[in-house]
Amino acid sequence: MSIYLDHAATVPMVDEAAQALTAQMRIVGNASSLHSDGRAVRKAVEDARMSLADMVGCEPSEIIFTGTGTEADNLAIKGFYWKAVAAHPARTTILSSAIEHHAVKDPIEWLVEHEGATSIEIPVLANGEIDLEFVRNYIAANKDSIALISVMHSNNEIGSVQPIKAIVEMAGDIPVHTDAVQSLGKIDFDFAELGITAATISSHKVGGPLGVAALILKRGLDITPVTHGGGQERDVRSGTFNAPSIVAFAAATRAALSKKDSEFTRIQSLREIAATRILAAIPDATINGVAGLPGILNISFPNTESEALLLLLDSEGISASAGSACSAGVSRPSHVLLALGRTEAEAMSSLRFSLGSTTTQSEIDRLVEVLPSVVERARAAFSVKK
Amino acid sequence: MSGGVDSAVAAARMVDAGHEVVGVHLALSSNPQKYRSGARGCCTIEDSHDARRAADVIGIPFYIWDMAEEFHEGVVENFMAEYAIGRTPNPCLRCNEKIKFAAVMERAKALGFDGVATGHYAQMHETELGRVMYRAVDPGKDQSYVLAVLNTDQLAGAHFPLGDIVKDDVRKEAKARGLYVANKPDSHDICFVPSGDNAGWLRDRLGSDVGPIVDEDGTKLGEHKGAYTYTIGQRKGLGITIPAAGGEPRYVLKIEPKTNTVVVGNHEALAVSGITGEKAIWCGPVPAESTEYRGFAQVRAHGTPLPCTYSHQGGNISVALDAPLFGLATGQGLVIYDGDRVVGSATVCATE
Repeated sequence: MSIYLDHAATVPMVDEAAQALTAQMRIVGNASSLHSDGRAVRKAVEDARMSLADMVGCEPSEIIFTGTGTEADNLAIKGFYWKAVAAHPARTTILSSAIEHHAVKDPIEWLVEHEGATSIEIPVLANGEIDLEFVRNYIAANKDSIALISVMHSNNEIGSVQPIKAIVEMAGDIPVHTDAVQSLGKIDFDFAELGITAATISSHKVGGPLGVAALILKRGLDITPVTHGGGQERDVRSGTFNAPSIVAFAAATRAALSKKDSEFTRIQSLREIAATRILAAIPDATINGVAGLPGILNISFPNTESEALLLLLDSEGISASAGSACSAGVSRPSHVLLALGRTEAEAMSSLRFSLGSTTTQSEIDRLVEVLPSVVERARAAFSVKK
Repeated sequence: MSGGVDSAVAAARMVDAGHEVVGVHLALSSNPQKYRSGARGCCTIEDSHDARRAADVIGIPFYIWDMAEEFHEGVVENFMAEYAIGRTPNPCLRCNEKIKFAAVMERAKALGFDGVATGHYAQMHETELGRVMYRAVDPGKDQSYVLAVLNTDQLAGAHFPLGDIVKDDVRKEAKARGLYVANKPDSHDICFVPSGDNAGWLRDRLGSDVGPIVDEDGTKLGEHKGAYTYTIGQRKGLGITIPAAGGEPRYVLKIEPKTNTVVVGNHEALAVSGITGEKAIWCGPVPAESTEYRGFAQVRAHGTPLPCTYSHQGGNISVALDAPLFGLATGQGLVIYDGDRVVGSATVCATE
């Protein structure tokens, strides 16, 4: 087993979720069937829905289960855009942050390339928070042309938390969506309290199984569906209910929330220790952004390539990550770090450590012990490049 | 690990031999195609997935290294520059010389690795001459020719686990090891020209400079649309309208880039009995300068070994062939063998 410092990518499944999943897996029934077998499974799905709704601060009917967080983001971006443009052809602008995950960024880019949308990116400040003045001014000048605002609740690479409530206050009638997959179970997230129109949450980020997530969508609002079929989930997202995973999703969320505050304190303090000791051992390293998420530590190591750092850490049994991986497998500078004002070279020499439930003091000790020689070797490799 | 069967089996054999192995796929194009459409070219994104899968089945770590910039500078630009001055380059030699056993080897050593293994067909033997390279046992697949550009230092860290096996057996072994790529076709031609249309690729980059095709007396016989589409010894596709006096076939004898002229002549005019190669590289002990030795010269990948007498001075190798060779372009690789042992190589710069 490695020292796993990539919790932002995915986390171990918690026992409560594995148990709920296994139990429900043995029960046959399509939750949409009329008969008693179907109804029993349906009840389990609706119980889970209610439980989740209670935990995230929304109505049960506002939860639309999807297969992945990416699917939920795509549904939000495309669904709101198509709905807006159908009603008002001039509403073709999507306002989003410069640091959105590709699951939000790419559907927006697709709409720009294929459907004539305009994408406006809100710049971020040095601490990784969006520039609210920009938002205020842009909305004031362009109110009637904005189809949707999408700003992530917290960022997966640098951990900064966004002022979503302030955006909602400025937005007026404009729908506001937030990708909250990194926030659920770690920091405060309440759908009703934020006043948002839509939000994305994901099971595997919270200790539940892969393959299930949700778009929380304000009731009474029907967006244009992406997936048509049997009409499940308010006709917005058809597909057989993944009952075992839905049930496990709710169980995982309950488990995470029951220890949210204590884990926040524990993980944040481990992160602070790691940061202090790494900066002491490698004085020219710099931390990127200010992380509101407790476990994220994004550090640049000058004159290295993150690829080399990751390979060397991997050989030491330490799992970390860097930037945005792309489909060709070759790393490119993270758009998040570039938006923060880092140069390409700085972005390409940055690592993200994301601590979580399995992280211990001795793991941090080992990381700090190994990192200086790893950085030294990576620097040697960097210097042989012409 | 290219995603092909040779490098997959090579990696597996290195593990069996007790080495700590890490698989690396080289991303050499900044704009790779998604899928392999046939046997030409490498490496697509699909190839990189095949490489990753092979590494996972073998049980070794796998990474992709982006060498697109180095490859473009060292191999692709060299390819274009050589054609532009009327030479016929072999880019695989430059890739081995500058990328696979240089940039990759240097990076690997800096990171703490001891060497680089590939699926090339060649053999390394420890002899009283040191660690030296021999032809592979499969003469049809022997790739010692393209590896002869490696110097002694590079060869010290090079491993070729497929040197002692024939291709058919490599595929059988891949199958036995559960490697899906056992039946993947070999890629041929130049890896960065997936269409196989070298002339078209060059035309897109060097343009179509119309010029004369002349005979040895200077009589104009036709026109060409780019001297780089011709190579010494070429007979087909000359685009000449006037037939030769005796009806004999015509061959490209020379390409003169300064005047953008292609010179053609008969078969005898192609005869070469002396070759000079520049920028000599030694794959083991350096023979005494200005001394004649007997050996074999090879001037094409999978070409016939030609008995010869050779000597070297000041970085140039001079070869006197026992029997004439018909048609040799400058820019090609000249490799010297002592029996099956690779002595060294140079780049053909003059013929007579």
